[in-house]
Amino acid sequence: MTATTAAETTAKRRSLTAAASEYIDERTSVSVVVKEFGRKIFPDHWSFLLGEVALYSFIVILITGTFLTFFFQASQADVIYHGSWVPLKGIQMSAAMNSTLNISFDVRGGLLVRQIHHWAALLFVASIGLHMLRIFFTGAFRKPRELNWVIGFTLFVLAMAEGFTGYSLPDDLLSGNGLRIIDGLIKGIPVVGTWISFLLFGGEFPGTSIVGRLYTLHILLLPALVVAFIALHLVFVVVHKHTQYAGPGRTQQNVVGYPVLPVYAAKAGGFFFIVFGVLALMASLFTINPIWLYGPYDPSPVSAGTQPDWYIGFADGMLRLMPSHWEFVWLDHTWSLNVFIPVVILVLFLVVVAIYPFIESWVTGDKREHHILDRPRNQATRTAIGAAGVTFYAVMWAAASSDLVATHFKLTMEGVIGALQVLLILGPIIAYFITKRICIGLQKKDRSIALHGYESGRIVKLPGGEFIEVHQPLDEYERWRLVSYETYQPLMLRPDSRGRITFGRRLRAGMSRWFFEDRLEPVTKGELEAGHDHH
Amino acid sequence: MAQDDNGGTEITPAASSAVDRRPGDPGTAVIVQDAAENPGFPPHRARITDKDPRKQRRAERTVYTLFYVSIVGSIWAVAAYIAFPIESGNIADVRVSTLAIGIGMALALLAIGFGAVHWAKALMADKEGIDIRHPVRGSDETRDRAVEIFKEADTESGFGRRTLIRNSLIGALVAFPLPAIVLFRGLGPMNEDPVKLLSHTMWKRGTRLTRDPSGTPIKASDVTIGSVFHVIPEGLNDKEDALDQKAKAAVLLMRLDPKDLHPRPSRKDWAYDGIVAYSKICTHVGCPVALYEQQTHHLLCPCHQSQFDITHEARVIFGPASRPLPQLPITVDADGYLVAQSDFHEPVGPSFWERH
Repeated sequence: MTATTAAETTAKRRSLTAAASEYIDERTSVSVVVKEFGRKIFPDHWSFLLGEVALYSFIVILITGTFLTFFFQASQADVIYHGSWVPLKGIQMSAAMNSTLNISFDVRGGLLVRQIHHWAALLFVASIGLHMLRIFFTGAFRKPRELNWVIGFTLFVLAMAEGFTGYSLPDDLLSGNGLRIIDGLIKGIPVVGTWISFLLFGGEFPGTSIVGRLYTLHILLLPALVVAFIALHLVFVVVHKHTQYAGPGRTQQNVVGYPVLPVYAAKAGGFFFIVFGVLALMASLFTINPIWLYGPYDPSPVSAGTQPDWYIGFADGMLRLMPSHWEFVWLDHTWSLNVFIPVVILVLFLVVVAIYPFIESWVTGDKREHHILDRPRNQATRTAIGAAGVTFYAVMWAAASSDLVATHFKLTMEGVIGALQVLLILGPIIAYFITKRICIGLQKKDRSIALHGYESGRIVKLPGGEFIEVHQPLDEYERWRLVSYETYQPLMLRPDSRGRITFGRRLRAGMSRWFFEDRLEPVTKGELEAGHDHH
Repeated sequence: MAQDDNGGTEITPAASSAVDRRPGDPGTAVIVQDAAENPGFPPHRARITDKDPRKQRRAERTVYTLFYVSIVGSIWAVAAYIAFPIESGNIADVRVSTLAIGIGMALALLAIGFGAVHWAKALMADKEGIDIRHPVRGSDETRDRAVEIFKEADTESGFGRRTLIRNSLIGALVAFPLPAIVLFRGLGPMNEDPVKLLSHTMWKRGTRLTRDPSGTPIKASDVTIGSVFHVIPEGLNDKEDALDQKAKAAVLLMRLDPKDLHPRPSRKDWAYDGIVAYSKICTHVGCPVALYEQQTHHLLCPCHQSQFDITHEARVIFGPASRPLPQLPITVDADGYLVAQSDFHEPVGPSFWERH
């Protein structure tokens, strides 16, 4: 009797939060989730924010995009424009263009939301790109994260597809020319090109179906895929636990940082608002994609300086870099290699990016898990390969602005293209060697600092009259960052168990030599002690 | 998966962890026996807000002030939405409205963001925690059990044993999506052949050349030397599928000194008194080749910089295009208006597989 009364009193005194938690937990066992993840540790580093920027800009895209769907009409039906933008009044255009203009000029806050959406899309692709570079140069793609690299790569491709489909929706002159280029590209594909184009556009280009179809892709299929892949990506981040940079106390077996609740949640949650806020600020201050200046799509006009949104630039640039006359008729069919070769080069480039983790792990044969990130300098060959890839991309990207480069710098258009064609081949090679030398130079510098300390700037005159600069030794914590890395040695070419040397082995040994021939061993304990004695 | 062994609350010295215990083949990695030792965690350094209560109070003030500022920003944005109408049709109003609402929203968002981050960095407990990692692979016990489950399932279903069932199922699963793929044939019209469509344009014998976009016919006498006209076939604007037709039929008309033209004998009468008409659709990927350089008689495509020399039948002199722009044979009718002699003699626009 007394016990029951006591229990009742407690129940009455219980707070609303407690009651709600009780209610939810009894139906969801959410306490297990909180127990598992509430104090999960995330390491801190500015470069880990790049992926967060991508995630948050995607959330901003979802929020603003949903708003836009309430006003946008994905239709190419002819209408006459009667909105506020005087230069286009009375002009015939598609309902898509008309509704985009209305969003911009006749819905309060519509232009703001449209611009947040577009800026967020640009930031989304940019931050994914930078995030991938961070992952690449720090070796975060190594076991066990190879598959997550591929998932992330897929997100990069999906983000570009999202961007391009969205960019094409207003049915304005600039994006229409972009679609025209896509149509030409598709038609250049041997055997199936004509039919793919015919089916995609629902007949001849431009037709009246493409905007509606792109809209379905843009707001249904692609976002669903992006959400699914992001979910998968994050599940793996939890399963693997986050990587961390080398530092005192940090090992391959631990992860050091702040717990989700409260610090990480506050920082990451706050960072979402910062990303959103910066995008809102950009959208209020800077115009993006002023379709009202381009006018509705018409296959006949075009303006000088036509180029796509930045992330498609590399593909457009590759098209420009093809020399003339790479097309011939053979077997009664047209082989448009001038269009198809760029497509193949782009696809190969992307495939190499996607499978790089597997190539490197095949070369090293390393089957261990790697949770400590590399400093780029300590993996000279990988970093140099990355620099070569960045250069290759950058040259293609620059080529997409070849005409603007020519007019701004008063060069000939032909000269700019010619120079970029040469750079496309030589640039990556030069970048490779320069980067590799810089990395090895930095390794040497690290080694000398670890062993002999840093230059203190204090000049001392010895009794004998000799001047020396005093080197200040590092403390052990700083030194650990310089010495805690691993190297690989080139693979010795040996016959396999059946006494044969296969092509695969030869290739792997060759690659291994290429990767690891030039290397510096990390400083050992013995050397450090000897170094101490020296001073 | 995600086990936090110590609640992330304390830090243990990691002296022993210098020894790499990771399972797996290190491959060609150099395992240094004499590797430098991990010194363990450095001593914790207290923040200024931990040491100085005044600084702490100040940080607290900053954080809640930012949150209040955020509320002000939100109210500002709502007020701006009401205060700055855009219905007048004056575009300057759109600018003011966008700016005012946007600044308010940005303020609201940024103040929350900076406030939360400052709270975390300056005031929340500055204690790093550690989680212990475990190999991603399941434990041997788990794996054995998984294998066992598959074996049991195999035995109980006979999946491996009853091969006829298994293989016919695989066949059925391969076949069942085929109808779905076939359905997509409907994306394009059924009764039309893309190759035939791509091979013809609106132009035919006697079609007048008219100005783009007005559709007014062009007299040969109006075309002075050095001028260029953007041309569409007469009647295009009335077509149901005007844009589709325009994407093939758009033409550039230029008048040069007849001495500058070097046509092959069979095309001698395709021009009229130095007036030539070429397809405006680039033979590369189909952009309009809209830029005419009067002095050199070159046409330039602004998309990929292909250049065509009008004096030599629009042959490619630079850029990724391969084929010359198709020429439209023209003449004048009885009233002196420019008309087409026929359709183009080849498909216009980007190349495609079945071309030729």
